[in-house]
Amino acid sequence: MNYLNKVAAIIAKDVAAELRTREMLSSMGVFSILVIIVFNFALELTERNIIETATPGALWVTIIFAGMLGLNRSLSVELDKGCLDGLLLTPVDRSAIFLGKALGNALFMLAVEVVVLPLFVVFFNVPFVQPWVILVVVLGTFGFAGVGTLLSSMAVNTRAREVMLPILLFPVAMPELIAAVKATSGAMMGLPVSEWRQWLNLLIVFDVILVTVSFMVFEYVVEE
Amino acid sequence: MKQAKGRTGTVLAVASIVLVIISLGLVFLWAPTELTMKEVQRIFYFHVAVDWVGFLAFFVTLVASVMYLRTHDRKWDIVGMSSVELGALFLTMGAMTGSLWARPVWNTWWTWDARLTTVAITWLVYLAYLMLRGAMDDPQRRARFSAVYGIVSFVTVPLTFASVFFLRTIHPALFAASSAAQGKMQFETGLGSAKMGMTLTFCVVAFTVVYVTLLRQRIRLEHTADRVARLQQELVA
Repeated sequence: MNYLNKVAAIIAKDVAAELRTREMLSSMGVFSILVIIVFNFALELTERNIIETATPGALWVTIIFAGMLGLNRSLSVELDKGCLDGLLLTPVDRSAIFLGKALGNALFMLAVEVVVLPLFVVFFNVPFVQPWVILVVVLGTFGFAGVGTLLSSMAVNTRAREVMLPILLFPVAMPELIAAVKATSGAMMGLPVSEWRQWLNLLIVFDVILVTVSFMVFEYVVEE
Repeated sequence: MKQAKGRTGTVLAVASIVLVIISLGLVFLWAPTELTMKEVQRIFYFHVAVDWVGFLAFFVTLVASVMYLRTHDRKWDIVGMSSVELGALFLTMGAMTGSLWARPVWNTWWTWDARLTTVAITWLVYLAYLMLRGAMDDPQRRARFSAVYGIVSFVTVPLTFASVFFLRTIHPALFAASSAAQGKMQFETGLGSAKMGMTLTFCVVAFTVVYVTLLRQRIRLEHTADRVARLQQELVA
């Protein structure tokens, strides 16, 4: 098996496990809807100008909260019954395990976003289902899932377990979130790309740097 | 060997005290009074110095983290942890001195300027690092995870700065009120500005020496704690 096949096998394993239980996706999906409803009342999302300034932020808070649920779940199931040890015993490079888990997590987040983006369109009448917004969401998701997978594999090994992840992840993901919110808002308002290109660039830079660093240091997290 | 170590500590401690006293003299007696902000501006020298140390400490942690992952030597874990503790302390002092200055000059304690936001995020990273350490018992794992977090979080700090910097360039009014504009004000007047620059440089050096002194003490304390733990184990066994 070559490297990519190994990565694909790990993703397939996570997808198969999820399709049998549907625990993660259903909880992420329902949770996202709840967050959207809370935002609607907390921010009074009825006036046009408030909707335009607040929805990009609301979208990303929804995405990262749901993502956080998925990330915690993805690594804590591996820890139960020694699945992670089993995974580490397989003749697979550690970085392939990281890539497989991270891409799997990104996939679950994207699945939730497929529901969340149209919901924003329905509830707030904002043009979120369009190529530029989708590109920004996909870029943001990959970066978040990448560094999130690394930090989650650390968090589940601490005494505080799931509680630890947001504390570790939020400060690190901050530049990505700022860039993602700004790029989403630029794309949503239909501004020419040149006006919000810097945010898109920052998002790409974040993805490349953070995912590379996570990829490189992951082996130190799982070595025992 | 042991004696030589003790002597370095004493020299550093004395040097810190002397340097800080001299910098107090420079800041309050020698440096000219700034034209628009008057006496309030004098806090700037300490503010820049402690914030500089706050970020220097983070860099030291990065180096120690990389070294730890390469060598797995407990020594580097101790350096990284000690530096984070001190960094958190100095950034807190930086935020406090900054607020004291900002209240009369900007008429607010806090604003979401690029530097302020970056400092806030860095401070949260320090806190997360310390909480992560607190949540683990196995020393080897604690050292490994801390080193990994030290590296990953250090990488995002410049990105945070870039992101907030862009944010504010879109709103020029907000950015004009930031410390960059204020820095320009200070160094515009001839001889006075030279004195100000020298005072600032001296303060930065003085606080860096204070940091090195404290770091060294903190590292020694941790090594001693390790030895006590070892002795305890031996006694029990």
